[in-house]
Amino acid sequence: MVLTRLLNHLGKYLILMGTAFSKPEKASMYYREAVRQMYDIGIGSLIIVVIISLFIGAVTAVQFAYQLDGTLVPDYYIGYVVRDMTIIELAPTITCLVLAGKVGSNMAAEIGGMRQKEHIDAMEIMGVNTAAYLIMPKVVAAVMIIPILVAVSAFVGMGGGYIASVPTGLLSGQEFVMGLRSFFMPYNVFMMFVKALVFSYLLTSISCYQGYTVRPGSIELGKASTNAVVISDIMILLADYLIAVVLI
Amino acid sequence: MIKVKGIGKSFHGTRVLQDIHAEFLPGQANLIIGKSGAGKTVLLKLLVGLLTPDAGQIYYDNTDFLGLSKRELRQLRLRVGMLFQGSALFDSMTVEENVRFPLDMFTTMTAREKSDRVNTCLNRVSLDGVNAKYPSELSGGMQKRVGIARAIVLNPAFLFCDEPNSGLDPKTSLVIDELIKDITVENHITTIINTHDMNSVMEVGDNVILLHEGRICWQGHREDIMQSDNEVLQDFIFASPFLQRLRKAALQHKAN
Repeated sequence: MVLTRLLNHLGKYLILMGTAFSKPEKASMYYREAVRQMYDIGIGSLIIVVIISLFIGAVTAVQFAYQLDGTLVPDYYIGYVVRDMTIIELAPTITCLVLAGKVGSNMAAEIGGMRQKEHIDAMEIMGVNTAAYLIMPKVVAAVMIIPILVAVSAFVGMGGGYIASVPTGLLSGQEFVMGLRSFFMPYNVFMMFVKALVFSYLLTSISCYQGYTVRPGSIELGKASTNAVVISDIMILLADYLIAVVLI
Repeated sequence: MIKVKGIGKSFHGTRVLQDIHAEFLPGQANLIIGKSGAGKTVLLKLLVGLLTPDAGQIYYDNTDFLGLSKRELRQLRLRVGMLFQGSALFDSMTVEENVRFPLDMFTTMTAREKSDRVNTCLNRVSLDGVNAKYPSELSGGMQKRVGIARAIVLNPAFLFCDEPNSGLDPKTSLVIDELIKDITVENHITTIINTHDMNSVMEVGDNVILLHEGRICWQGHREDIMQSDNEVLQDFIFASPFLQRLRKAALQHKAN
């Protein structure tokens, strides 16, 4: 029963994505909508991403310093671990989990509200490919802007690690920078961007699907918004594991 | 012209519409009436393609509507306008942006041409000077008029109106009815109105179709309603004792 429902949703999702990625009626309208979405996602999420990244970097530094206490591992390893933790895992994953809550639920509610208020029917009758017009610009905008947010998150996370460890005397500034520059593998940055691309696609397409297929009623709209976050989060973590297995 | 042949539709084994045959002519206000649950909205949704019938055919000017590909359907829809029950105006857009939306999406008009066309349509529905307002700043009647302006902005050949008077006072309803009727005649549009407003029926109903339990049980001009002895029609139109007395008096007056 559950498997049948799951396959049913998967089929509907794939069909919707097939319709969403078809030729636009008018490219300029889609471009305008994509730019608006980029602004909403990028600028609208910047503050929350910076705050969270700052604390994640700080916590990573403090926790690792605590683990190192009384060991022979050199202190500059704190900088090294903060860098790799933020680049490989924390920046892409935590940022996208947070964005699933902020951007994903917003998208599901926006499209779901349009469905319930007959806006989508109105567009459909005008001759608009609603799946394409409402979903494609959002996904394209997210895939372009979220990797930038993830990169910002990685930098801020390292800054957070510095702030939490250097002024508090856990290690010197020189040691922290030395750690940041040690054992650097550019491949990790590539992996961070792969994760950012995959996660941003997942969180927007799943949220748009939840909104687009919402049933009538305010409770259903709330459910769609919640499902958008929960399913996006699960899929992000699943994809995180799969990417780690494939790319490492 | 829209022609419907043997349309049927069921939901989860419940027959909502069966064997519907009808012709909706251009330049006329074609009204679909009936009690709640009679199948009016389902018929309208079938006609615009938001639902697919289980049986039967629909023809738009001899084009088989159900046989169209998605691309052809979108092309046909450029000739269709629809006024929704709740107006369905995009609430994040101003009145001007709402009416301009189909022009932005489907035409290569310049900004000046679009602006002129929007103003012409808003003027036609007597809504000058509200271009910069948002739908939430307008009354229900004004929202309906913006909905009409948006529906006619691409000069449609077919106009569908789903409960255009719902939630409006009788006087505003009359204004909306007359507006739809005038636009229909002026532009020789095939207009189909789904309503249960009896004032609309008696004022603008050139071709009235009464649905009862999923079937057409009466069809005719508004002037034939008084004389008809179809019980379902009389029960529906003259539902209250007051209206029944009124009808009796009118018939007696005519006989004398």
